[in-house]
Amino acid sequence: MARDEKLVKTIDLPLLFIYLTLLFMGWITIYASELDVNADTNAWDLNISSGRQLLFIGTSSILIILIMATDYKFYDVFSYFIFGAILLVLVAVLGIGKTVAGSKSWLGVGSFGVQPSEFAKFATSLALAKYLSNPLIRLDRWPDLNRALAIIAVPAILILLQNDTGSTLVFSAFVIPLFREGLPAWIPNLGVGVVFLFVLTLIIPEAWLLGAIGLLAVVFFFLIDKTINNIIALVVIALVVCGVVIGANFFINDVLQPHQQNRIKVLVNPNIDPLGVGWNVTQSKNAIGSGGFLGKGYLQGTQTKFDFVPEQSTDFIFCTIGEEFGFLGSILVCGLFLGMLWRLVYLADRQKMKFSRVYGYCVAAILFFHFTINIGMTVGLLPVIGIPLPFISYGGSSLWSFTILLFIFLKLDAHRGQMLAREAA
Amino acid sequence: MFDSRQRVIVFVFILVAFTMLARLFYMQVIDDSYKEAAANISLQRIVEYPYRGIIYDRKGRICVYNVPVYDVMVLPKEVKKNMDTLRFCSLFTITKEEFIKTMTAARTYSKVKPSPFIKQLSHTEFARIQDQLIDFPGFFISPRTVRGYDHPSMGVALGYIGEISAGKLDKLKAEGNNYYRSGDYIGIAGLENFYEEQLRGKRGVKFMMVDVNGIQKGHYKDGVFDTAAIRGENLHTSVDLELQKFGEELMINKKGSIICIDPKTGEILAMVSSPTYDPNLLRGREFSKNYMALQRDPLKPLFNRALMAPYPPGSIFKTLQALTALQEGVMDSNMTWPCVQDVVHCHPHPNPCNLRQSIQWSCNPYYLQVYRRIINQHVSGNTFLDTRIGYDKWHQYISSFGIGKKLGIDMPSEKKGILRTIAYYDRIYGEKHWKYSNVYSLSIGQGELGLSPLHMANMACILANRGYYYTPHFVRKIGDKGQPLPQYLERHQTMIRPEHFEAIVTGMKWAVLQGTVWSQARMKTVEICGKTGTAQNPHGKDHSIFICFAPKDNPKIAVATVVENSGFGGFVAAPIATLMVEKYLNDTISRQNLYKHMLTRDFIHKDTTEDGKGREAGKNH
Repeated sequence: MARDEKLVKTIDLPLLFIYLTLLFMGWITIYASELDVNADTNAWDLNISSGRQLLFIGTSSILIILIMATDYKFYDVFSYFIFGAILLVLVAVLGIGKTVAGSKSWLGVGSFGVQPSEFAKFATSLALAKYLSNPLIRLDRWPDLNRALAIIAVPAILILLQNDTGSTLVFSAFVIPLFREGLPAWIPNLGVGVVFLFVLTLIIPEAWLLGAIGLLAVVFFFLIDKTINNIIALVVIALVVCGVVIGANFFINDVLQPHQQNRIKVLVNPNIDPLGVGWNVTQSKNAIGSGGFLGKGYLQGTQTKFDFVPEQSTDFIFCTIGEEFGFLGSILVCGLFLGMLWRLVYLADRQKMKFSRVYGYCVAAILFFHFTINIGMTVGLLPVIGIPLPFISYGGSSLWSFTILLFIFLKLDAHRGQMLAREAA
Repeated sequence: MFDSRQRVIVFVFILVAFTMLARLFYMQVIDDSYKEAAANISLQRIVEYPYRGIIYDRKGRICVYNVPVYDVMVLPKEVKKNMDTLRFCSLFTITKEEFIKTMTAARTYSKVKPSPFIKQLSHTEFARIQDQLIDFPGFFISPRTVRGYDHPSMGVALGYIGEISAGKLDKLKAEGNNYYRSGDYIGIAGLENFYEEQLRGKRGVKFMMVDVNGIQKGHYKDGVFDTAAIRGENLHTSVDLELQKFGEELMINKKGSIICIDPKTGEILAMVSSPTYDPNLLRGREFSKNYMALQRDPLKPLFNRALMAPYPPGSIFKTLQALTALQEGVMDSNMTWPCVQDVVHCHPHPNPCNLRQSIQWSCNPYYLQVYRRIINQHVSGNTFLDTRIGYDKWHQYISSFGIGKKLGIDMPSEKKGILRTIAYYDRIYGEKHWKYSNVYSLSIGQGELGLSPLHMANMACILANRGYYYTPHFVRKIGDKGQPLPQYLERHQTMIRPEHFEAIVTGMKWAVLQGTVWSQARMKTVEICGKTGTAQNPHGKDHSIFICFAPKDNPKIAVATVVENSGFGGFVAAPIATLMVEKYLNDTISRQNLYKHMLTRDFIHKDTTEDGKGREAGKNH
């Protein structure tokens, strides 16, 4: 018991508070989002999502106790072991998994099922943290970087094979801890540049864009010193940029499946698929937009409750918050997430052990990616990628995996005083 | 180096969070289009139709009520592909082609909104199919009301309701009336039309929240924006339904009208336009078919003769000529005049007549003289000018009886009849080129004169009241505790002083007792004052006309009767009128033989001329 008391003193209370607040918001919002005004139900009813979510919250607290009770060195020592086990499960899912909504990502016994891909996030974080904690590893060296990327890529590819694109994309979030640990800056910059060009190709017809790039190259030609090197560099950059544009077009129109194409195209033209993806985004925006500043009031929403918004308790849960709590609710959710991310980064940087620090950044990165994609999707800024809003969306696997993800870091942080500084931060 | 990278990461976090918040601020606070879009798809505006007012007779008997009918509606989205179409068709006795046609139309309109599939099932039909309808998902019942009648009477008076036409809708919109929508029901004729605004009540609106399938999920904001439907006002008419039925019975196989009015108030007790039609024909599913049939009927049952058919009044007009002459002081009630038939014919009667006798026997030459005295009062040495002055004065008198204008009954389609002005004769003959010899037929109610039966009944009221009338009207109370429309409480004074009526009223009493009225039509118990008329008809046999009121003192009923092509007024119109009086005053008919005789008379299918025989020579009694 003495140990537990010490735990309460050492656990980071701001993060715990934000975690609990988000859980509570999630629970009441799930109840609101699926409320059938004609049925006599309460939020505890296990036949409805909010009741089951309460069950998931309860089991999460058991997970928290287990995590906190485990020795902090366990995560460091067994990180590769955990990662390997999860990879095996991911392979197993490809063989014996259940297909739900097009993704073969569920592993289940009877009515109970989990999505191993959710747990791959913390396992990969542990493995990446373990790998980078070696002081000899330097990310500006290709062999080391490639190994780090391989740790990320292997689970990502396995999940992609399950046809779960959303969860696969989450792994791109690991660029943030890599960047923090010394990834050459040009790599994320290049990524941002490619994404920027990618968006431009959606908005502007290909020929115009290529013409504009050529024009820009000519303008630069007159501005730069006309050394051979500079001219060659300019030509190469212009050609690469044109290549990206052509490649992006090719990728969107010829590589992506039609439903994926639409998810992207609908961003610039909501009318492209009015009853499919366009419908979802339109209804989602209507729900959020109709909330106004103060919202319609708790349980007073109509768009989500009456099934206009799809997936209203999972991926589109934010619609209910936006509709019933209005802009104030939006501020609250965004504020809580920003606070959590900020706190995570702050705590990560005060770690004495590099393993803990990298892991902390991984947690922040994954949460940041989920938050950005999920909210961005519901407000029509980003493509519809079906990933949950952490701690709020309905679902056992995602809640458990985020809880494990967060609380392993809280456990590590609680013991930072006991850790030896293996490496200067 | 790492310090700056931490800041870059935190900066990216903040940047993204604020981008989201900016977007949310725009969507939730600045741009209103999402609110409208959301309201449009999740709110359904449901119109609640109020109960249309019920129409009662003067004794509280129901003339018109509301009958629930049941429309079978279809929600195409929920109709099962494998439904038993054959059983459905046999259940509703429709053909497969009809089924397919209606279904296609419903699908074209909307898959998720209900369309009417079969309209207006009766209560019994509904009871028959009610249990079986659950076997057909997607079909459901929507109740509404149509008009119902327990009797076949009062067709033209009550009128009917029907779906508003596109033309009418446009016309009302142009007038700034935006109440109606396509598919609404509106009063089209009769009282239903005149009192449409009172009867219809006020539509209510419910804002229901609906889910993505259009299924209702309760009132929006607990109903604070809903307005309740206000039911229509009941109308209490002055009609005596029993008297009305009795009049319609008497007019079987006769073309023409009966109008009975309470002279003290102008309240209409009965208004028969014959041939009549059963109002039940113009309700429910058979409306269009029946309407077309009635429209095509050569006897024009939809034509309200009582208000719309102008007749030359014939001899009943002599009463007004005498009153005008007395008021003008161009004669007194002792004036006698020989029955000299050089200009107009007459029929055998005691000769010469004084005023009372001239009414009693309906002497034509007497009125040739009376009218001459009105028209030519020798105020001008020029005959033509003198005629103009006299005619103008006479026109004013006759107008004051409500003739030649719409009286303003509470019915649409009243006609003003014919009463010519000086301008008319100027146009025909040229100014100052016409004189008494051009207009003398008016003296005995022939020529350029047209009175609807309503005008004639109003004349009877004026005679009964000795000089005034109230505008004839049907509705004595709008609403169960209401008043009639204000114009019906206003007393209209004619230009004749009461003392001038006595001789004429007495003459009318004698006309019934021992005058032009058929002896069989007399009543011993009640003093009836009446005047016969026989209107010349260029197209066939004369129209039989009669006006009367009873009792002579303190009259309770005034009647006008017109029976087309039935000959002499005293033999057809008069007995029918006195039977109406007896029915109203005594409630039973003591003169059963007369009653049965009148029922057998048929002036439509065979020409019964027995009464007219030997009297053809002397028209205009």
